[in-house]
Amino acid sequence: MIKIITVYGTLLLVALGRTLLLALLGLFFACIIGMIFGIMGVLKNRPCNIISQIFVDVIRGVPMIVLAFFVYFGIPYFFNTIIGGFSINLTALQAGTICLALNCGAYMAEIVRAGIQSVDKGQMEAARSLGLTYGMAMRKVVLPQAIRTMIPTFINQFIITLKDTSILSVIGFPELVNTAKNVQANTFMSFQTWAIVGIMYLIVITILSRSAKVLERRLSVDR
Amino acid sequence: MIDKDVIKIKVDNLKKSYGTLDVLKDISTEIHKGEVVCVIGPSGSGKSTFLRCLNKLEKVTSGKVVIDGTDITLKQTNINHVRENIGMVFQHFNLFNNLNILDNLTLAPVQLKKCSKEEAVSRAREMLEKVGLADKESSFPSQLSGGQKQRVAIARALCMQPDIMLFDEPTSALDPEMVGEVLQVMKNLAADGMTMVIVTHEMGFAREVADRVIFMDGGYIVEEGTPQEVLLSPKEERTIDFLNKVL
Repeated sequence: MIKIITVYGTLLLVALGRTLLLALLGLFFACIIGMIFGIMGVLKNRPCNIISQIFVDVIRGVPMIVLAFFVYFGIPYFFNTIIGGFSINLTALQAGTICLALNCGAYMAEIVRAGIQSVDKGQMEAARSLGLTYGMAMRKVVLPQAIRTMIPTFINQFIITLKDTSILSVIGFPELVNTAKNVQANTFMSFQTWAIVGIMYLIVITILSRSAKVLERRLSVDR
Repeated sequence: MIDKDVIKIKVDNLKKSYGTLDVLKDISTEIHKGEVVCVIGPSGSGKSTFLRCLNKLEKVTSGKVVIDGTDITLKQTNINHVRENIGMVFQHFNLFNNLNILDNLTLAPVQLKKCSKEEAVSRAREMLEKVGLADKESSFPSQLSGGQKQRVAIARALCMQPDIMLFDEPTSALDPEMVGEVLQVMKNLAADGMTMVIVTHEMGFAREVADRVIFMDGGYIVEEGTPQEVLLSPKEERTIDFLNKVL
């Protein structure tokens, strides 16, 4: 155990850093995707609702490992070989970010949609009755209230996404799990290696969920 | 008080249905400047829907609703612009929960650039004074009683300086001891010459304040006239029935 920490400690910490980087990049784009598709899901516009629903259904219906292979190997193959004339090559980080963004984005879209729908529709009506446009009412009245109810679920989703980065070891991104595999192969100390990796995840995620609790409590003060 | 020459609201053959359910079957009426109209009737008679058609919170199925000469059922009418002149007060107050009282009052005037922030704030304070809640400007809606919330809601609508006010059962969700304070604010408004359409179950208020009472049932206007005519000597069977039940 000690040996792994002294010899491979830095390596594992760097790998954890990459895991966090991948998670943050994925989450950043997932938030944007989630907002867009979530809002499209509540607009009074059939085509928008349908597009949003199809996106969510497709992404949720495909395991992330399949999505990872599809994005990393399938998409470049499609453009370079099937269509031809392209030479697209995604790095593992790019493919991983796209994957996480799509996967987490679909769940975010559902969270955003549910959050907006949880705001009493009287709020929108009152805003509209004063002459505010739909967009103004959404921005100034509905979204601020929706985001408040979304925060706990959001953070839950962050945690899931952070853990999902481990799936992306299959496309060769040197994040924590992938690196740990190498450590195990070099040392044959599988018990120790995976125990350390487990604890590393546990620490990061505990910090995240604790701060979520604090945030939640703070936000509910003036309710 | 009533200016018979100025028609503020004109409703022509208004029909509204949800799928196969016809809520409003054929409503026509005119409301003049400064007139206070109380709409009464059993639940499900379509009175709230009628009120909500007047500022297009409900889209009408057919017929015309003309506000100050502007037909709001037309597609090309900018409904937001028309709504700026029509205040609405809801049964469940619908104060913006994420904003304090002052911000509730200034949001629309500032967003719609009706005036500067400073003007909006000073008018908001004036309105809060008017409804007797000057000390609550930095409270949040959740800290107020029902009666206070409804008075804030009225003040919020007034901050847009509308010339028509719609009230959708403004006292129905209030504890009995708070009904009086809200009705008092409404009486003052009526005395100031505001054009008001009020859906209500408060027969005493209707008798005292209304210039005209409309009795609705089954999606039709069954009877209308002065409070004396409709409330004290109703002619229609259904009006008599209804009044016997509520009085």
